[in-house]
Amino acid sequence: MAPLTTTQLSPDSTPLQISKTAACHGRVVLDDAGIRRALMRIAHEIAERNESLEHLYLVGIPNGGVPLAHVLADDLAEVAGVRVPVGILDTTLYRDDLGRRGERPSLRRTEMPSAVDDQVVILVDDVASTGRTIRAAMDALLDFGRPRAVQVVALVDRGHRELPIRIDYAGKNIPTQPEERVVLRGESGDLTWPLEVVVLSGEEAA
Amino acid sequence: MIGRDLLAIEDLERGDIERILETAAHMQEVGLREVKKVPTLRGRTIVNLFFESSTRTRTSFEIAGKRLSADVINFTPSSSSLTKAESILDTAKTLDAMAPDAVVVRHQVAGVPKRIADELTSPVINAGDGAHEHPTQALLDLFTVLQEKGRIDGLTVAIVGDIAHSRVARSNIYGFLKMGAEVRLAAPPTMIPAAVETLGVKAFTSLREALDGADVVMMLRIQTERLSGAFFPSVREYSALFGLDREKLQYAKDDAIVMHPGPVNRGVELAHELADHRPSVILDQVRNGVALRMAVLYLLAGRPPETKRGTPEARRGTPETGSAKVSETRGGKS
Repeated sequence: MAPLTTTQLSPDSTPLQISKTAACHGRVVLDDAGIRRALMRIAHEIAERNESLEHLYLVGIPNGGVPLAHVLADDLAEVAGVRVPVGILDTTLYRDDLGRRGERPSLRRTEMPSAVDDQVVILVDDVASTGRTIRAAMDALLDFGRPRAVQVVALVDRGHRELPIRIDYAGKNIPTQPEERVVLRGESGDLTWPLEVVVLSGEEAA
Repeated sequence: MIGRDLLAIEDLERGDIERILETAAHMQEVGLREVKKVPTLRGRTIVNLFFESSTRTRTSFEIAGKRLSADVINFTPSSSSLTKAESILDTAKTLDAMAPDAVVVRHQVAGVPKRIADELTSPVINAGDGAHEHPTQALLDLFTVLQEKGRIDGLTVAIVGDIAHSRVARSNIYGFLKMGAEVRLAAPPTMIPAAVETLGVKAFTSLREALDGADVVMMLRIQTERLSGAFFPSVREYSALFGLDREKLQYAKDDAIVMHPGPVNRGVELAHELADHRPSVILDQVRNGVALRMAVLYLLAGRPPETKRGTPEARRGTPETGSAKVSETRGGKS
């Protein structure tokens, strides 16, 4: 019996709230070409920093981290000739702020194709900020096994860290105001390429 | 979206049902992990308040709560002061004062969960009340059909048995109709409620007609001890006319599935040969029940105070901050 996918229920709706902010406003800080260049550079850095790529395991954090992890896997194949597995890990059930919100956030897909034991897991997220998502992702990951090491990729690091979390590979550092929002989005509102990263002002984000 | 309590499928919108089923699909993945536990309800308390005994449903809620890291307390009349003639509402209020984050209620009388929900600050989940509703059973049945068939819209579902006394049937009628299925009922005329067709279902007194072209056949438990002689002449006659075996199942579609809320009266409503194997999905229903109840608890338990309808004090006019303070002392965030 195959696991259900959300598309069986409502094929038209993707669970991306960010898409509601139509692709017409916001300041573009990274365009499609910029994103692809940044990921290729990160692939080189990963290959350089990890002596052996045999035990690498890329894990995208939904929603934005997932398309990035897949492109990064392609780039790694090109750079180092190694096909690394790509997993998807939803962090919602590990968040520390659920009791503070009214409506419970929707869950997203988790798909870990192989065991993480003794693998070097590289978490891939679109935007790093407080560090709370990465914290939740690490807790979730450890419930799947005991990785040899965990490293973190963020396409954009916008600062405002609240936890002692380090980003190992950042595509771009973008200084922001706390009330601004940084969003990865595609042209039609979903996360299909071409993608861009935009900064929304406090009013635009509301 | 989904309200504070889950009391009846009748109250839900199609969108609510879809949200619950979608959440359950993700919860199912948690059940496949090596560590089948996530911390989302850590520090929250769920009370199982079962006035009518039910090992299956209670255990299912208990496992669901524990997989979400909640503390689950079972409260059953035999082990409580209900035997000392404490009223239901007094018991419920006493429990509420201990500030649980959800109360799961089963009672043999219709409407008791609603009455308790009116009194309590915590969300109330109906785990079956009299012949009224059993919403989580219907939701797990919908979930099972969705998994088996990939859709619910446009399917033909035949519900067979004691419709009139069945909360499972009632909840499923609302659920499948809201999700776009065609619902047929089959039973002796004494077991079909008057004017049931006004709900939008088709009632049959012939099993063969009801099963013709059905995608899903849902058999209900016959309470032989209570009903025999009053609603049908004999168990044997009921079984001959409305019991399902391989031969009668051939009236339905070739790929039809057989469901039953359990426990099965083998050889009465369902033949031995159908109870244990495909096309029966009875054990899948049980398995899916845990994921489905995890979804319901995740969506309802431990919401922040402002989404609750307020404490009894607040409803009597005490300022909002009063209720917020009470809730802050509840074990806090995870």
